[in-house]
Amino acid sequence: MGRKILFVTTDQQRYDTLGCNGGVLSRTPVVDRLAAEGIRYERAIPQSVVCMPSRSTMLTGQHPRTHGVWMNGVPLPVDAPSVAAELHRAGYRTAIVGKPHFEPFIDPFGRFTENGLARAGVPTVDAPWHDGTVGPHRGFDHMELATHSPTGQLHYARWMVANHPEALGGFYPVLDGELEVNAAGGGDTGAPQVQLNAVPREWHHTDWVADRAISWLDSLDAADDWFCWMSFPDPHHPWDPPSSELGRIDWRDVPLPAGYPESRAEREALLDAKPRHWRQWYDGTLVSNYEAPPRWVPATLTPDQVREVNALNAIEVELIDEALGRVLAAIDSRGWSDDVDVVFTTDHGELQGDFGLLFKGPYHVDGLMRLPLIWRPAPSAGVAPAVVSRPVGLVDLAPTFCAAAGLDAPEWMEGSQLPVDDADADARREPAVLTEWDSELFGVGVHLRTITRDGWVCTIYRPGTVHDGTEGELYSLADDPLQRVNRWDDPSCAAIRSDLVADLEDRILPLASPRRPLDAPV
Amino acid sequence: MRASVRREVRIARPAGDVWNVVGRPELLHLWFPGIVACTVDGDRRTITTGTNQEMPEQILTNDPIQRRFQYRLTTPLIKEHLGTIDVIDLGDGTSLVVYSTDADPATMALVISGGAGGALDELKRQFDAGDGPALDAASAAAHAEPALAPDGHGGHR
Repeated sequence: MGRKILFVTTDQQRYDTLGCNGGVLSRTPVVDRLAAEGIRYERAIPQSVVCMPSRSTMLTGQHPRTHGVWMNGVPLPVDAPSVAAELHRAGYRTAIVGKPHFEPFIDPFGRFTENGLARAGVPTVDAPWHDGTVGPHRGFDHMELATHSPTGQLHYARWMVANHPEALGGFYPVLDGELEVNAAGGGDTGAPQVQLNAVPREWHHTDWVADRAISWLDSLDAADDWFCWMSFPDPHHPWDPPSSELGRIDWRDVPLPAGYPESRAEREALLDAKPRHWRQWYDGTLVSNYEAPPRWVPATLTPDQVREVNALNAIEVELIDEALGRVLAAIDSRGWSDDVDVVFTTDHGELQGDFGLLFKGPYHVDGLMRLPLIWRPAPSAGVAPAVVSRPVGLVDLAPTFCAAAGLDAPEWMEGSQLPVDDADADARREPAVLTEWDSELFGVGVHLRTITRDGWVCTIYRPGTVHDGTEGELYSLADDPLQRVNRWDDPSCAAIRSDLVADLEDRILPLASPRRPLDAPV
Repeated sequence: MRASVRREVRIARPAGDVWNVVGRPELLHLWFPGIVACTVDGDRRTITTGTNQEMPEQILTNDPIQRRFQYRLTTPLIKEHLGTIDVIDLGDGTSLVVYSTDADPATMALVISGGAGGALDELKRQFDAGDGPALDAASAAAHAEPALAPDGHGGHR
């Protein structure tokens, strides 16, 4: 019998939203306890700051350049390598419950398996694996899926339509009538992607994900080895938690985040010191990410809107924490707790007011790049609690799951097992983590390559429609934790800049060819 | 906002052979994954998608000389749409099939072109294999039609 694995992901959650990471808005006692008992990572970095590439990295253990999902809307090949398939082959029962997003959501032709499972009423389908064998889709023998709203083709939407149609209208409409991401404001402040939602808490997707995960776990035999990816769609926008929970945090009491300069002149001066797409987005003249509402101008964001978004986000984080607590209690009731590894993380961050911006895009700073990551190894493994300050990546998760299962990491995995402490990191791991952004949408092309190493974050720009390839960003994480001062052109940083750029260029992997086509916006 | 997206594939068969499939609008569901049925009545075609949505279309061009097929989705979801499929003779016994989608809203251009890309892949797959439902149906239809006259008149339009 191996160790069982509960892999918990949220969507678009900042590092500083957890109590164990110094967050003060949300109460997150369940994750905080996992952190105290396990390993808390202070510098966990995604390989992409949008969903599909990042989730594909988690599943494959590969960088976007290798797995080929270079932006949202590019489907991960059905026969891409998958850690779930490796575990399934080793005898594990495997499930993903919640948000997958390895394939596009907007799919009127019904071309993608994820979108068709609920319609077909089957838990999975057979599909080719990377080695030519055939097995359950991406290695998951049970898939029960959800996204941010009860519209679309996934299981949660169908369940809501069938059982609680009266509650559908409470959710924020993610897209507007022109199929753009909705810019409509709501709540008390008119903040974009905010809505008061009368849905009862027990019908909301956060509790649904926990309920369905518990149901699947209940179906297993006590001796089964299992891998359960529990993937909460929140706290990704829209911010529309059940209204019954709004009393938890009054947005009027929420302090403005440290990354939000209240003075407009200060905000704009900071943005002007960065490559030009920062200011262009702020001014509403450039949108380079489909998930940023194109009709919303960030310069209109008010301090109260920042407060309300942060309050609603924090409420969603609390609901996830409580839902996770229920799942852990269910695991405990089966007598499994000593043999269960729990990994908690997210796919990427959220700007949430930093620099006067919301959502995400080609902006490689901590708001999007510093992620919560907790690994509580199975207590039976006897791993001592620790805090790891060295950089790690989501690309390291798949090898970690293999190790927990007693498997060697396959050659196609590009990361390495997460370190159990800094000494372990120094002894056996590369000191650098890479992140990349590529987007080409409606005539706008933006391309970033970033290295995080030795307390620095260095980003170079490839030529696109906005940049000529000479731009860059360089931040000292120790001296400038909010990344306010771009030191790319600082003569005193010339040596470190040169060293980091050379190291980055050396480490960039060749691009999978031919480049996979964009099949949908998201 | 409108957008224009192009997808293309090279097929190792003469343009006439490929046009014999592409120029038959009633066969679309046999090579376009995600379209499960289609009916044609004059210049009106109705497709049924894999999500069981019926979408009406207007056929605008079906030109065997240029080997160009054009159609417009007329569903209220889409303000404007123009789909164009060109089969281009490359002069070496092979052909290039270009499937262009112009649409407002732009999102629909991306989504339709994603489907079109899958369709071109399937078309190539069937021609490469020398077998497939679209080829079989096109062959049967060609045999049922009068032979093409030397001046290009008659036969499959």
